[in-house]
Amino acid sequence: MTARRAVWLIARRELHARLRTRSFLIGTAVSVAVLIGFVLLQSTVFGAANVTRVGLSGQATVLSGSLGEEARTRGVDVRASTVRDPVAGEAMVADGDLDALVTGPPAALRVVVGDTLDENLRRALNALVQQEVLRAQLAAVEELDPDQVLATVADAGVDVRSLHAPDAQRDQRLAVALVIVALLYLSLLLYGTMVAQGVVEEKSSRVVEILLATVRPWQLLLGKVIGLGLVGLAQLAVIGAVGVVLATATEVLTIPGAALGTLVWGLFWYLLGYLFYASVFAAAGSLVSRQEETQAVLLPVTSVLVLAFVLGLGLLTRSPNGTATAVLSVLPPFAPILMPGRIALAEAPAGQIALAAALTLAAVALLARLGGRIYAGAILRTGPRIPLREALRG
Amino acid sequence: MLEIDALEIDALEIDGVCKRYGDVAACDQVSFQVRAGELFGFVGGNGAGKTTTMRVVLGVVAADAGEVRWAGAPLDHATRRRFGYLPEERGLYPRMRVLDQLVYLAELHGFGVNQAHRAAEDWIARLGLREHRDAEVQRLSLGNQQRVQLAAALVHDPEVLVLDEPFSGLDPLAVDVLAAVLRERAGAGVPVLFSSHQLDLVERLCDRVGIIQRGRMVACGTVDELRAGSGTTVVVHAPGAAPGWADGLAGTTVVGVHNGRVRLRLADGVDDQAVLAAALATGPVREFSHHRPSLVELYRDAVGDGS
Repeated sequence: MTARRAVWLIARRELHARLRTRSFLIGTAVSVAVLIGFVLLQSTVFGAANVTRVGLSGQATVLSGSLGEEARTRGVDVRASTVRDPVAGEAMVADGDLDALVTGPPAALRVVVGDTLDENLRRALNALVQQEVLRAQLAAVEELDPDQVLATVADAGVDVRSLHAPDAQRDQRLAVALVIVALLYLSLLLYGTMVAQGVVEEKSSRVVEILLATVRPWQLLLGKVIGLGLVGLAQLAVIGAVGVVLATATEVLTIPGAALGTLVWGLFWYLLGYLFYASVFAAAGSLVSRQEETQAVLLPVTSVLVLAFVLGLGLLTRSPNGTATAVLSVLPPFAPILMPGRIALAEAPAGQIALAAALTLAAVALLARLGGRIYAGAILRTGPRIPLREALRG
Repeated sequence: MLEIDALEIDALEIDGVCKRYGDVAACDQVSFQVRAGELFGFVGGNGAGKTTTMRVVLGVVAADAGEVRWAGAPLDHATRRRFGYLPEERGLYPRMRVLDQLVYLAELHGFGVNQAHRAAEDWIARLGLREHRDAEVQRLSLGNQQRVQLAAALVHDPEVLVLDEPFSGLDPLAVDVLAAVLRERAGAGVPVLFSSHQLDLVERLCDRVGIIQRGRMVACGTVDELRAGSGTTVVVHAPGAAPGWADGLAGTTVVGVHNGRVRLRLADGVDDQAVLAAALATGPVREFSHHRPSLVELYRDAVGDGS
C-alpha cells in the first residue's frame, strides 16, 4: 500500500466522521441561518432606520419641501409629514412614531425630540432658520433682492478635484471585507481546534498505538489535516456562496462579482491559513493526553488568531492602505485573515499579495516540519503534559 | 536440529533487544524466537519487559540495540503492516461504529474495500459481535470492546500475531473462542506471540513459553524443556518417619512438606534410589513419585522470590 493511499484513507475517515455528525450539519445550518438573518436585517430594519420621520405643525408646515432638500445635502433622509395638533405630535414623538416634531415660525423653529436631536438634522434646521433670518435682514436693505442674494450665496462653494474616481461601492466593499475576515477567523479557529482535538482524541483513546503500528506519524497527521481541511473548505464555500446569493437577491449587495471574487480569494487564504495553523494546533494537541488539557495548551495559538481578527477589524475599517496594515497583512500569522480583507477592499497591490502568499507558504513548510517532529516525538507518550523541548528531541 | 529448523521454518526472531527508560532497563538483551505455526506464551511479572518487547516488535518503540527479524529479514514498515497487534492499552475510536472501525483498519493494513468489508463481517460473526456491528464502540461493555479490539488485530489476516494480554477481561466462553482462534491461526502457519498472567492457560495452550524478569529472559522453551531444566523433584510419603527425617540427605533440598508428604529437590546426578532407601529406613513408604512441576511452579523457580 502506498503512502498516498494511507493518507487518503485517514483523510476519508475524518471526512466521514465529521460530515456525518449532527453537530456539523446543525453548525452549518445555523451559520447559514445567521447569515440569512443578518442580510435580511440589513435590507429591512437598517434600511428603515435611515429614514428620519419629522412631523411639521403650524407655521412650520411651509418647510415640508425645503427641509427635505436641506437635510439630504447633509446625508439625512427625512420623511416630513404634517401634524395638525402639536400636542398630538408631541405624543407621537413620545411613542416613537415620530423622530422629531417641528413647530413655530420658520425664523424661530422649535423642535421636540425624544432625547437628542440628530446633529445633521439640527444643522439642516439651523440653516433653514438662518436663511429665514437672513432673508428678513436683507429685505430691510432696499436696493437688494433677498432671493437673488440667497441664490448667489447658495451657488457659492469650493471646487473639489478628486485624485481618484469616487468609489460608490466603498461601504459594500467594507461590509464584504469584514464578513470574509470574520468567516476566515471562525473557520481557522474552528478547524484548527478540531485538528488538535482529533490528535488528543487518538492519544487519549490510545487508538494511536495500533494506527502507528500500521502507518507512520506523518501520514496520520497529514491525513487528519487534509480531511478536516476539506470539511472546513466545503463549509466555508457553502456558507459564503449562500451569503453572496442571498445578499444579491435581496439587493443588499449590488456588487455580486466583487463579492464572489472575495469569496474565491477567501477560500484560497483559508487553505493557506489552515495549513499554517493546523501544524501548530496539531503539535500543541500532541503534547497533552486528555481533552481537558487541550484548551490550556491551545491558548497561545488561539490568542494569535484572535489578535489577527481584532487587528483586522480595526485596520480594515480605519486605514486599509496604511503602512501598519500593509506590513501586518504580509506576515504569515496575520496574512490569512488580513490580506483577503484588503483584497475585498481593493486595497491590496498584487506584489503584496504575492509576497504574503510566498511568506505564508514558506512558513507552512517550516511549521509542517517542526510540527511534524513535535507530533512524532510526543504522540505515543501518555501521562502529564510533555515539555516542548522533550518532544522536539523525540 | 534447532539450527536446521531455523533455516527451514520462518520465524519471528527477537535478537538482543535492549531498551532503557532512564535508569531502568526495560529490555536487556532480550532474545527469543517464535516459529511459524507456533503459539508462544510470554510470561513475566508486571513491569518485567513484556510490553516493551512487543512494542519494539511492532516498531511503536525504537530499540536502543538489537534487531527483530521476520523470515530472516529485519522488520521494516511494509512488513509490520502485515502484523496483527493487540496493544496493552486498548484503544479504538470511541465514536466510530464497530463495522466502520474494522473496515477502516483492514483498509489501512492494505485490504481493498470489498475484502475489508468481508473480513470485518467475518470477524464480527466469529467473535460474537453481530448484534453490535452498528453500535459505537464507546457504547459497548468492556468485554465486548475487548472483542472488537481482538477483531481489529485479526481482521487483516496478519502474517504474525503479537497480542499483549489478549485473554484479560474476557468471560470464560470468550476465552475458549479466542483460544480456538489462536490455535487455528497457528495451524495456518502464523507465529503467535502473546503475553498472559494466566499461567494455566499458557501451559495448556502454548507450544513454547518464555519467562522474562527485570528485562532479561530467564527461561525459554517448551514446558517440558523447562521442567527438564528445573531438576528432579520427588515426593515421599513415609507416615512412620519422624519430622525432619529428610533434612541433611546428601544432594537433596527439602522444598516443602504437605500432608506428611515431603517434597525433595535432587541435585544433578543424585540417585533417587538413595532417597527411597533413606525413606524406607524410617519405616513404610506409601508413596514415592516424581513430581511434574506446573508452569506456575516453574515460573516461581525461574524468577525466584525477588520478583
